[in-house]
Amino acid sequence: MPVKVIIPTPLRQYTASKDSVQLEAKTVAEALAGLTAQYADLRRHLYNDQGKLRSFVNIYLNDEDIRYLQKEQTPLVSDDIISIVPSIAGGLPRENMGACCQ
Amino acid sequence: MATLIESPATKLSKDEVLRYSRHLIMPEVGMDGQLKLKQARVLCIGAGGLGSPLALYLAAAGVGKLGIVDFDTVDFTNLQRQIIHDTNDVGRPKLTSARETIADINPNVEVVGFETRLTSENALDIFKDFDIVADGTDNFPTRYLVNDACVLLGKPNVYGSIFRFEGQASVFYAKEGPCYRCLYPEPPPPGLVPSCAEGGVLGVLPGIVGCIQAIETIKLILGRGHSLIGRLLLFDALNMKFRELKLRKNPECPVCGTHPTLTKLIDYEQFCGIRGEEHVPPTKVPEITAPEVKKMMDEKKPFVLVDVREPHEFQICRIPGSVLIPLGDVPKRMNELNSADEIVVHCRSGMRSAQAVEFLMKSGFRKIHNLKGGVLAWADQVDPSMPKY
Repeated sequence: MPVKVIIPTPLRQYTASKDSVQLEAKTVAEALAGLTAQYADLRRHLYNDQGKLRSFVNIYLNDEDIRYLQKEQTPLVSDDIISIVPSIAGGLPRENMGACCQ
Repeated sequence: MATLIESPATKLSKDEVLRYSRHLIMPEVGMDGQLKLKQARVLCIGAGGLGSPLALYLAAAGVGKLGIVDFDTVDFTNLQRQIIHDTNDVGRPKLTSARETIADINPNVEVVGFETRLTSENALDIFKDFDIVADGTDNFPTRYLVNDACVLLGKPNVYGSIFRFEGQASVFYAKEGPCYRCLYPEPPPPGLVPSCAEGGVLGVLPGIVGCIQAIETIKLILGRGHSLIGRLLLFDALNMKFRELKLRKNPECPVCGTHPTLTKLIDYEQFCGIRGEEHVPPTKVPEITAPEVKKMMDEKKPFVLVDVREPHEFQICRIPGSVLIPLGDVPKRMNELNSADEIVVHCRSGMRSAQAVEFLMKSGFRKIHNLKGGVLAWADQVDPSMPKY
């Protein structure tokens, strides 16, 4: 299925500045695997060392959180939109503060 | 939605009727709504990018009592977006400046200032006298603290967050919907997130997001319309697109779930890993001061000066003779460096360059130093004509 993944601003530095990526996938897992195959640096920002999705990165299929669907096994249909929604801290990060978590 | 503010028995003065006339003639506000606004007590966390438009509009709208928590002073870099402060306020406490601006806009508003850092010790005490909390913080520890304190006290938390050209807004109100922890149970560990060099924010963006927070706050007070409870609004200014995602209450949420495990405020710095091991600043690396580097230059000692900032920062200012290798490129470009040379590495303030020095030392470089304080120290101690940012 042709689907679109929307890349949030903080992660665009790992996708050659692209704000969305079109790919073919049958499930959310396949879509994310395809995405990280194309953009390897993105992988550690989406998954932890155990290969699980990080808890501060939410994945939405259209307007629904995949945690409340079938998680990564959620099937896709043509023209579905997957959004990666990381937590952002707002304001302006400061180098000399711990607050630099964005 | 439950009524947050009861219609009070008080009246508006003749001057107030005139001031709020464009509200009073709207059926959605009217006299009843305007009196609710006058009765309302809203706490703004921060008088910065988000807090500026938020406090300005709430004051103009006639919110009776505005609390502001901020311990910072105004500096020049704030003025690009923090419109409650002006050039003459640089160096003054943000609270003083905000209080004066609000008094100019609407002297009917009572401003209660808390010139303190919000902590687990003082948050509940500060929050208890307010009906609504509007979160304009710029860091994760405070964000989780505000969320948890609001859940524990049963108060709505009007949330906004910004990054470069992108904003998020929602209303977290555990009585009626999800809280911030339902959305993000844990913060990102420091360091695993786009580097500080990628930071920055378009000045207008907090204006838009802060205004959305102001509108949501006013809707909660009036008890009108559909609030952002249970919805996350995403705003992309570059593409000028608003999108909306559904937020669900997580039954296993540690603070607002069916069996909460978090029943009092915790140590949020630790929770966010800031005092944890992951964020101990890069191990001690050899340092050199700006005047020492200047002396090496003057004495024509051979050394290589590496700047690990981003290209757009290099355009702002640079130390003469430096070579630009952005931090992210250091691993693949370290073959351009010779470990036999004396090397000094620098960035803006010395944090990123410490990481680069640590990495290069692990790769076998020994004659290498971190320029303490970066270009900021260079500007302070060697070349006062250099712009700081």
